[in-house]
Amino acid sequence: MIFDWGYAWDIAPRLAEGLVVTLQATVLGMAVALTLGLVLALARRSRHRLLAWPTSALVEFVRSTPLLVQIYFLFYILPDAGLRLSPLATGVLALGLHYAAYCSEVYRAGLEAVPKGQWEAAVALNLSHWRTMKDIIIPQAIPPVVPALGNYLVAMFKDTPLLSAITVLELLQAAKLVGSETFRYVEPLTLVGGLFLILSLVSAAAIRWVEGRLRIEG
Amino acid sequence: MDAIVRVRNLHKAYGNLAVLSGVDLDVAPGETVSVIGRSGSGKSTLLRLLMTLDRPDAGTLEVEGESPWTMTRAGRSVPADESHLRRVRGKVGMVFQHFNLFPHMSALANVIEAPVHVLGLSRTEAQARALEYLGMVGLEDKAEAYPAHLSGGQKQRVAIARALAMQPKIMLFDEITSALDPELVGGILELLRTLAAQRTMTMVVVTHHMAFAESCSDRVLFFDSGIILEQGAPGDIFRRPQHERTRRFVESVLETVR
Repeated sequence: MIFDWGYAWDIAPRLAEGLVVTLQATVLGMAVALTLGLVLALARRSRHRLLAWPTSALVEFVRSTPLLVQIYFLFYILPDAGLRLSPLATGVLALGLHYAAYCSEVYRAGLEAVPKGQWEAAVALNLSHWRTMKDIIIPQAIPPVVPALGNYLVAMFKDTPLLSAITVLELLQAAKLVGSETFRYVEPLTLVGGLFLILSLVSAAAIRWVEGRLRIEG
Repeated sequence: MDAIVRVRNLHKAYGNLAVLSGVDLDVAPGETVSVIGRSGSGKSTLLRLLMTLDRPDAGTLEVEGESPWTMTRAGRSVPADESHLRRVRGKVGMVFQHFNLFPHMSALANVIEAPVHVLGLSRTEAQARALEYLGMVGLEDKAEAYPAHLSGGQKQRVAIARALAMQPKIMLFDEITSALDPELVGGILELLRTLAAQRTMTMVVVTHHMAFAESCSDRVLFFDSGIILEQGAPGDIFRRPQHERTRRFVESVLETVR
């Protein structure tokens, strides 16, 4: 088994197309996860039980079932419910929802870590609950949990190949297609692994950078 | 004169621990009341209830004749809604032992936050007001500094400016010098003295500084085991206490001071 650099070079453009889809899925999925995760965390802390309880149930449900099952479920069930999305959009939704459940737990830890005195000062200044959350609590809750959120960003990135199960032509699917045409799998799959490794390291570095920036401001 | 704060038979327990067991208190507008007593005697809890940080278990608490927790609708007393609670709460301000400044905001931003978002002042107005109060506490040159870069005394000054900027009718001070290094205490007490002398605000001051309580307050309350055991003019409490427990407390703290 010999690694053919010339062949690897030839298939690189097709893998690059797959990589673009992988990055799209990651960035969009993470955007969904970060925003929806915060919404879920806030809903779970709500004083209204009719909001808090179903949210807790949803988070626990999503965290306790496999991502691949959720992906299939959305792919086959959403159209029946009248919602027709492209495979990529369905995949982004599935990734976003799944990681939103995990991110909401991270946010929750961050929110709980804000000292009680901050809430009390906000009450003493007669700030509304919403204003307290927005200006006082959330800005202090997020910086300490950026590393944990970042870990999920990398984890989600590494989960994107699951989208190949619903015909999304992301990096792994592109490599499999190339392989099936030539019966040479060493080069495409090695490139896939290498690309995931490099990009994971790059995002980890990016997260450390963001973390550092947030620390300086405080 | 009508009392601005009226408390009747106030009870509060945390779990099984009764902290307030029937407190009655009237505070007149513009009056400065010092609250003394051992730690755990319920002084701070009274302030927390006055600030609506906690709800009383029983009894009534009124600010200018209105309870923060109940309101009248169609002639009947019903649980207060958010807007009623906040309207009553807005008459009261508080300065805390541990400052509770917002660490992610500059001193100026700490002071303008509530005037802008609660009182609806424009940013320019709020900033002018904030600089005025920061000047009053001697920190006009620290407006842009973050709390992490301020000393304890400076933090507490910012916290006082922040509370003053809301111009509450009643200001509560909860052991505001207890977390400070000894050399910084004098300056903060001096500031309190100035505020008390202005007589524009009603002040309730929980303090361990007997000299302050004696020289600056109109009335001193001695808390013991969740009730006001004795109250009166500072001279009476410190020199002619009626109760044995008051006498022992006053003696013990005066000894520590010497």
